[in-house]
Amino acid sequence: MNQVWPVFKREFAAYFATPLAYVFIVIFLFAMGAFTFYIGHFYDNGIADLTVFFGYHPWLYLFLVPAIAMRLWAEERRTGTMELLLTLPISIRAAVVGKFLAAWAFTGVALALTFPIWITVNYLGNPDNGVILASYVASFLMAGGYLAIGACISAATSNQVIAFVISVVVCFLFTVSGAPIVIDFFQAWAPLVLVNAISSFSFLTHFASIAAGVIDLRDVVYFLSLIALFLAANVVIIDLKKAG
Amino acid sequence: MIEIEGLTKRFGPFVAVAGIDLVVPKGEVLGFLGPNGAGKSTTMKMVTGYLSPTSGRVRILGHDIETDGIAAREQIGYLPEGAPAYGDMTPRQFLRFIARVRGLKGGEAHRRIADTVAKCDLDPVLDQPIETLSKGFKRRVGLAQAILHDPPVLIMDEPTDGLDPNQKHAVRALIRAMAPQKAIIVSTHLLEEVEAICTRAVIIDRGRVVADGTPAELLARSKHHNAVTLTVDANDAGAIKAKLKALHDCAGVDERKLPNGIVELTAFPKSGALLIEDVSTLAKNWNVKELYAEAGRLDEVFRAITTQDTARAREART
Repeated sequence: MNQVWPVFKREFAAYFATPLAYVFIVIFLFAMGAFTFYIGHFYDNGIADLTVFFGYHPWLYLFLVPAIAMRLWAEERRTGTMELLLTLPISIRAAVVGKFLAAWAFTGVALALTFPIWITVNYLGNPDNGVILASYVASFLMAGGYLAIGACISAATSNQVIAFVISVVVCFLFTVSGAPIVIDFFQAWAPLVLVNAISSFSFLTHFASIAAGVIDLRDVVYFLSLIALFLAANVVIIDLKKAG
Repeated sequence: MIEIEGLTKRFGPFVAVAGIDLVVPKGEVLGFLGPNGAGKSTTMKMVTGYLSPTSGRVRILGHDIETDGIAAREQIGYLPEGAPAYGDMTPRQFLRFIARVRGLKGGEAHRRIADTVAKCDLDPVLDQPIETLSKGFKRRVGLAQAILHDPPVLIMDEPTDGLDPNQKHAVRALIRAMAPQKAIIVSTHLLEEVEAICTRAVIIDRGRVVADGTPAELLARSKHHNAVTLTVDANDAGAIKAKLKALHDCAGVDERKLPNGIVELTAFPKSGALLIEDVSTLAKNWNVKELYAEAGRLDEVFRAITTQDTARAREART
C-alpha cells in the first residue's frame, strides 16, 4: 500500500499539467455562483445561510464529477499506459486507491475554492458556521461517492464518452433513488422493506441529513462504504480484464 | 532466470498462444520472431503479468508472475508495444515517477536517472512534455523507463520500431552492452536485428514455437546458406553456368537477368559442402563483375516456416 503515494502524486499533478483542472475549476465555480445567485435567489431570500448553495451541489456533481472520473482508467487503457502501470510492481488495489484519492483531492480543491461565498455570508449576517462546515463535509463525501462510481465505470471501457454517459445515468439513479420518480415505480408492487432499502440508497437523503448540521455516523458510513464498494468493484473489473 | 511453461492464452474460441515452453538464462538475448498476430505481444504481456494466462505458468527468478506478482515484476524491466508513457509528463518527471514506484530513493534514484538519461541520450529533451517528442525520443523514454532500475530481466516489444538507422544502431549497442548481466527477450520482425544482437532466435507462428536455435543455426536452414552468387556478362552466362553445374559440390544454379545485359548466377552447394573456394578459383579466368558468398537468408527461413496472415484469417474462419 506504500505504492499509493507515487500513484496519487502523479495523478494529482496530471490534472494541473493539462488545462483540464483549470477549465473544471472555473466552470465549477461559475456554475455554483450562477445557480446560487440567479436561480436560487440567494440575496432575495434574506437568510444568512448556505442552504441554497449546497442544495445545488448534487445536481452539479451529477455532470461534473463523471467528467473527472471518465478519464481515470479509460484514458490509460486507450493510450496503453495501463500496460505500463500494471506491469510496475504496484498492486491493482494501490493503483485504484491512488487514482481515486487524487481525483477526490482534486474535487476537494475545487470545493475549497468556493470559500468566497462563505466569506460573503459571514459578512452579510451571522450564519451557523457549524452547519456550513457540516455541509462542506457532506458535499465532499458525496463527491467521493460520485467519483467512486465514475472510476469503476471508467475501468470497464476505453471510451471516455461511454464512461461519461453511463456514469451520469448511474449517478442519477443513486441521487434520486429516494425521490418519487424511482419510489413510485417500486411502491406499487415491491414490499415495504425493499422500497425503504432503495430510498435509503439516495445520495440526496444522506446529503441533506448531514447538511442539516448533524454529522450522523450512519450517513458518513453510508458514503464511505459506498466508496469502498465501488473501489472494490473497480479492482475486480481490472483484474477480470487481465484475464481477457 | 525466465521460465515459461506451457503458456497458453485463449480469447474466446481464438487461441492466441498455444503452449509455449521457454527457459531464458542470464547472458542470453532471445529474439522473439513471428508474423504479426502470431502471439508475440500476447506472450510478452503474460510474461510481464499484464494478462493472465489461460493455463501454464511464468516464473521470474523463481517468483511466479501470477501468485507472487509484485516480487516478480520488481525484477523485470518492460518496454510494452508502442512504448506508452504519460504524455503530459516530461521525461524527467516520468523517470522520477518510475523511480519512486520502483522504490529508488534520494541519491540512488538521482544517480540511476542520470545514468539512464546518459545511456538513452535523453538529455536534450528532458524537460519537454513527452507527447511533443519525436517517435525516436518517445521510444527511448520507454527504453529508459525499462532499464532505470537495472533489472536482471529485460523484456522489450519491438524496441527499435520507428527509429532511424543511427538510433537503431545506438539502441542495439546499448542492448548488447547490457546483455552479459541480464536475461533479455526482444521481439522484432526486423530479421537483421536478430543477427545483430540475439544469441538465440525463437520463431513463433499461430501461438506455437516453430523454430528455436542460434541465428547461425537458423541461417543454416536457408536455401542460400553458403550459396555463391556472381554477376557476369550475358554473353558468358551460358558457359559459366555449365561450368558451375559441373562442380562436384554444386546442387544447382539459379539464373536471374539484370538490366544492361548482366546476368546474376547463384550456385547452391550440396548439403554441408562449401563452394566458394572452387568458384573463386574458376572465376579468375572469367570476366566476373561481382562475387560473394552468403551465410543464408533469415527471411527465407522465416517465410518457409510461418504462414501468411491471409491464410491464417481464412483458417480461423473455417
